[in-house]
Amino acid sequence: MTTLIEPFSYFFFQKGLIVAGISGALLGMIGVFIVLRGMSYIGHGLSHSIFGGFAAMQLFAAKFYAIGAGLWGIASALAITTVTKRSRVGADAAIGVISIASFAFGVALFAKFGTSGPSFENALFGSILGITTGQIIGLLGVTTATAFFIFLRYRALLFTTFDPEVAEVSGVKVARIEAALMIVLSLAILATLTVIGVTLVAAMLVIPAVIARMLTNSFGRMLAYSTAVGTFCGLTGMYLSYFADIPSGITIVLVGAFLFTLALAVTGRRGLSRSAGLDSHHENLGSVKPR
Amino acid sequence: MTGTGVGPELIRLDHVSASYDRTLVLEDVDFHIHEDQFTGIVGPSGAGKTTLLRLLLQTLKPAHGTVWRAPDLRVAYVPQLETVNWNFPITVFDCVLMSRKSSRLRPWASPKEKASVFEVLDRLNIGDLSQRHIRELSGGQQQRMFLARALIRQPQLLLLDEPTSGVDVNTRHDILHLLADLHEDGVAIVLTTHDLNGIATHLPHLVCVNGGIVGQGTPEEVMTPAVLERTYGAQMDVLEHLGVRLVVDQSPNFNAPETKI
Repeated sequence: MTTLIEPFSYFFFQKGLIVAGISGALLGMIGVFIVLRGMSYIGHGLSHSIFGGFAAMQLFAAKFYAIGAGLWGIASALAITTVTKRSRVGADAAIGVISIASFAFGVALFAKFGTSGPSFENALFGSILGITTGQIIGLLGVTTATAFFIFLRYRALLFTTFDPEVAEVSGVKVARIEAALMIVLSLAILATLTVIGVTLVAAMLVIPAVIARMLTNSFGRMLAYSTAVGTFCGLTGMYLSYFADIPSGITIVLVGAFLFTLALAVTGRRGLSRSAGLDSHHENLGSVKPR
Repeated sequence: MTGTGVGPELIRLDHVSASYDRTLVLEDVDFHIHEDQFTGIVGPSGAGKTTLLRLLLQTLKPAHGTVWRAPDLRVAYVPQLETVNWNFPITVFDCVLMSRKSSRLRPWASPKEKASVFEVLDRLNIGDLSQRHIRELSGGQQQRMFLARALIRQPQLLLLDEPTSGVDVNTRHDILHLLADLHEDGVAIVLTTHDLNGIATHLPHLVCVNGGIVGQGTPEEVMTPAVLERTYGAQMDVLEHLGVRLVVDQSPNFNAPETKI
């Protein structure tokens, strides 16, 4: 029993637990919009893009790496959106080219010049050890801003996610909402990068939202469930990471994968049919040229 | 049913051309929509029907020409059911509510908003389905739900893309009657349709499209073999039955006994 509560006596663990819980909630909350827009791959792409900026800033201005990596991520997100809309390149191909090129650039910088800040491995798989007070404040700020954004623009976000064309006709500024969502997503990925890690952030954007979709047919409830599942994954994953002595990002994602299996077993075919087609809607609409 | 368009102008397209990826889809279109209009846009697949709707909706910029729209015009749009993501987690109530113009910043509906959603759902006889998921509705109910989403905006002009596509005969009649009632209430209506005999022939005004406007007028004026051949590129006969024009295409009858000429 003493062993089970032992980690709670350490300050670094308490801090890590709070950060992991908030990170899970943040990614779970924003993941709903990403998954329902059929943009699951963008989380994967943006986290890799941000890694490029992260690496570059480590070398040139380590103190401001968060700002640099954030701007890099936002620029990548907007570039992906622009390339997708203005050319014949699909969203998946645009994400593949822009983000992986950015990631390769980051790895090249690390390989050539070494590191002078948080380690390469921590950036890839997440770690609670390197978390600073500044990062915690940043994470809290991004989470609060995201929650406010979703609360205040709930209907516009719902409308543009469900039916962007009719939303535009109905007076919703779709392009503005989409750009704001990309900025919030970039900041969320940046803020959680240290805890979850570049390679695993995408999973935490997708898994809680998919589990929530399997459990409900209501958008509002999906948002609440996804946030709760993300929080649970963050807290439990961090706790298990202490005992397993492996990076926190890995255990957080494994808890999510376990919950997904559990949800699948409980909801069966009903859950599967609800989550079917989550990956295709938005792009299908965009790629069809009506005559 | 009147509706050929003599009231004040709502939208005007002057010499408009439209293209996708530099491929011209519509060329030199002149088209006016008036306050009392009830128009069907007909034409073959790829003729530019949806493109014309998009020009009217102003979601597509014309390559050439001008689109004029009456100031503060309230337009509502009902998309094709085939383009809807039926797996999206949303109930009928929320689907209708999302379209309601509101400055309210809270996500949930106020009592006044709830009342207005139920009012429009009841008007379309689907008030008891408000908490159903959208996929749990029949084709006709789904079409009514999207009509409700459009009507809650109290539009002056309602645009519909293939509103009877994939529905049975009774549902098609229901939708047509519903649209006729809305038109009687003063809503201008423009719809696209492939259904010449089930829908187009019953409308007061038709526009035939095939890369441009081939003809427009009452069914008596445009449902002629000559205009239909220019529109569809196929020979068609036009019969009259109980005062309604019916189009019969001259495709080969594979069941007919083989005859030697």
